[in-house]
Amino acid sequence: MTVLNAKVPKGPLAETWDNHRFSIRLVNPANKRKYRVIVVGTGLAGASAAATLAELGYQVEVFTFHDSPRRAHSIAAQGGINAAKNYRNDGDSVWRLFYDTVKGGDYRSREANVYRLAQVSNEIIDQCTAQGVPFAREYGGLLDNRSFGGAQVSRTFYARGQTGQQLLLGAYQALARQIQLGAVTVHTRSEMLEVVVKDGRAVGIVVRDLVDGRVTSHSAHAVVLATGGYSNVFYLSTNAMACNVTAIWRAHRRGAVFANPCYTQIHPTCIPASDEFQSKLTLMSESLRNDGRIWVPQNPGDTRPPHDIPEADRDYYLERTYPTFGNLVPRDVASRAAMRMIDAERGVGPLGNGVYLDFADAIARLGQGVIESRYGNLFEMYQRITDENPYRLPMRIYPAPHYTMGGLWVDYNLMTTVPGLYCIGEANFSDHGANRLGASALMQGLADGYFVLPYTIGDYLADFLNVDPVPTDDPAFRQAEAGVHDQVDRLLGINGTRTVDDFHRALGSIMIEHCGMARSASGLEKALSDIPALRAEFLSDLRVLGDGESLNQSLEKAGRLYDFFELAELMCRDALDREESCGGHFRLEHQTEEGEAMRDDERFTHVSAWEWQEEGTAQVKHREELVFENVTLAQRSYK
Amino acid sequence: MDVTLRVWRQPGPDAAGAFRTYRAERIPPEASFLEMLDMVNERLTLDGEEPIVFDHDCREGICGTCGVMINGVAHGPQLGTATCQLHMRRFTDGDTIVIEPWRAAGFPVIKDLMVDRSAFDRIIEAGGYITVATGSAPDANLIPVPRDAAEAAMDAAACIGCGACVAACPNSAAQLFTAAKLAHLNLLPQGQPERDRRVVAMVETMEQWFGSCTNHGECETACPKGISIDTIALLNRDYLRAKLADSRLAGR
Repeated sequence: MTVLNAKVPKGPLAETWDNHRFSIRLVNPANKRKYRVIVVGTGLAGASAAATLAELGYQVEVFTFHDSPRRAHSIAAQGGINAAKNYRNDGDSVWRLFYDTVKGGDYRSREANVYRLAQVSNEIIDQCTAQGVPFAREYGGLLDNRSFGGAQVSRTFYARGQTGQQLLLGAYQALARQIQLGAVTVHTRSEMLEVVVKDGRAVGIVVRDLVDGRVTSHSAHAVVLATGGYSNVFYLSTNAMACNVTAIWRAHRRGAVFANPCYTQIHPTCIPASDEFQSKLTLMSESLRNDGRIWVPQNPGDTRPPHDIPEADRDYYLERTYPTFGNLVPRDVASRAAMRMIDAERGVGPLGNGVYLDFADAIARLGQGVIESRYGNLFEMYQRITDENPYRLPMRIYPAPHYTMGGLWVDYNLMTTVPGLYCIGEANFSDHGANRLGASALMQGLADGYFVLPYTIGDYLADFLNVDPVPTDDPAFRQAEAGVHDQVDRLLGINGTRTVDDFHRALGSIMIEHCGMARSASGLEKALSDIPALRAEFLSDLRVLGDGESLNQSLEKAGRLYDFFELAELMCRDALDREESCGGHFRLEHQTEEGEAMRDDERFTHVSAWEWQEEGTAQVKHREELVFENVTLAQRSYK
Repeated sequence: MDVTLRVWRQPGPDAAGAFRTYRAERIPPEASFLEMLDMVNERLTLDGEEPIVFDHDCREGICGTCGVMINGVAHGPQLGTATCQLHMRRFTDGDTIVIEPWRAAGFPVIKDLMVDRSAFDRIIEAGGYITVATGSAPDANLIPVPRDAAEAAMDAAACIGCGACVAACPNSAAQLFTAAKLAHLNLLPQGQPERDRRVVAMVETMEQWFGSCTNHGECETACPKGISIDTIALLNRDYLRAKLADSRLAGR
């Protein structure tokens, strides 16, 4: 049975990271080249980690299922990246960023990790600027900032509405330099399908070449998973089509404990769905809430066009309910407020499934030019999708699954419960508690990749000086390869009547209904009986054409959906077990009279970490108790 | 709406390809172009024919993974729009739509509409970066960057590396991609120390894979991000300068 040891160093919070860096073991520069490290995934976390590890001297092998490392979904992040620079002179500090993040996460994150994140945030901005990331600037040539939800200071750095793209290009370029130098080998269109564990340690991975179907083994001294989040379990989400849980789920099945799977984030500002064949939902950056005002008609069923609804008949419900934070309340609060409006039949748009985000006042105050320079590309994107001009008509928005705070459990060193297996970025559970604040995902991905993992990994590697990686003809690898072949044959051999997408839509609708923005014991129990039934149908009636020896996109999707089914069950079990509301996890049974989330600190100030048992047996729950020595737990208030 | 598709099907890199005709029926005009292909693929699967392979991922026009020739135009009829952001309302009921992969020697077909664009990565690896090891950066506000310079760099940095510029070019040249990547870095103060060696390395790598630019300007029209061919002028100027310059004097 796994015992969770978070390895949080003792001592005053502000000194923890410095002390830890001093006390952990280092690998001498000349010895680093004797170590091989595998990095899976090339988003912000993976690319920055791979580049930095290579700069330090390690041999790095990188795997991505994309055709190029620069396609990873970090690229779609729009709004910005937080840092405690206090360039605005508005009272920001490392402590405030730490405090806002712990509070924003509804007191369900680990203090020491969050403090470290806030500490290294400033170095990230320095690093990215030096790489040539074209952050927005003032006329004097210095960096500009904007505000984001959940904060009363302006600490978000941005590159128009394409911050993720620019940060990823920076990390990718740093990676490209290491490829040119021969320090990194990249395998593109290669999907990791198994983690290989021998004598209790991660010793390599098995990958399938998506072009020719070849299954190969790769060994290393350590394996780093940077494979992103699992919002696509809901089918419709803001994630890219290929985002999936497979890498971390395979690791989970090999012993890595999965933490807080029910902590998912529903982003308040997405374009509402327009038809049943919709393949994904598009996010409109939260930064729009800086200048846009959210409202719905005062009266249910008011179908007048927005311009014909006078001020008196509009309800700016966020400004009304939360006067202090107004339109900038955290994401979970904004999403649930929108849900309440739509449930009260005050939704807008052809399907009544949206709320307005109105820029008329901002345009009147600042001029269209200013709004265009801030959000031009977002407005264009909105118009392309909806055929409506947001400079004239208010945008219609609705919440959509966007980010998953849950993920593989990691200790302070970012190592999972499998020695030698690390997990960074969105794929781990570490820093955001039960709700992530806007502009903090980019910060965490790059903090893990540039500034945390490259140091902490040395402490593990130090034990293996002059020990060769396990050869790939070892039985552990052979067995894992055979498992991958069996899975491919199994999915191809079903020969049923329903497509992968058909099953994925069905799973998604169960999950969004019962494990989405609002959850209840009865709904979750229903989901827990519906999911296995659907899964059984999937395994008997799936149709995947083609073969496993060539490029087969249906086969790829089927493999990912297989793992989503298992994850979905665990998410529902975790949501059922957590009998409280916190952050993005909202149990209808646990709310205040005003409909706000009601935590139960007595019973649930812990991380729920689930350990895989054998096939067909439910996971076992472990707890990591969360200790708050520096922040006082309080009911979150944004009023 | 109902449309007829003529789609390039090619089982593998070395196999012969051919057009196949498919009907796409009862497509809602709000559907995106790729959602229309999803629907056709579901139908094909149920009818026992392997679905059409095409590259795509974010479906927000930012990852640059998607891209096909639609009626002979890279990314289709809507200016400044990647294939994934094109919607069926741009077509008319009864239209015939011809769908092909990018066609360029530097982008060999992998299967159906999917091509191999890894030559773009080789260009970046040759020098499309600023050398700054993690941890060695000074404070971000130490080097002021004039706002107009930062904005111009951002205009170029908006390139998503989709390859439409190459597909649209009669010479299959990759000047616009290379120039956008180069302009992003060469316009910034941080990019100056490596400016000359960067342009030479990137241009010379580009020429191993792609054709020559003869100023047709098709690339600019095809670009979903509106990258200007002014960047190509900058590339040419920097290349010439670099070839004539003495790098040992670059600090003066």
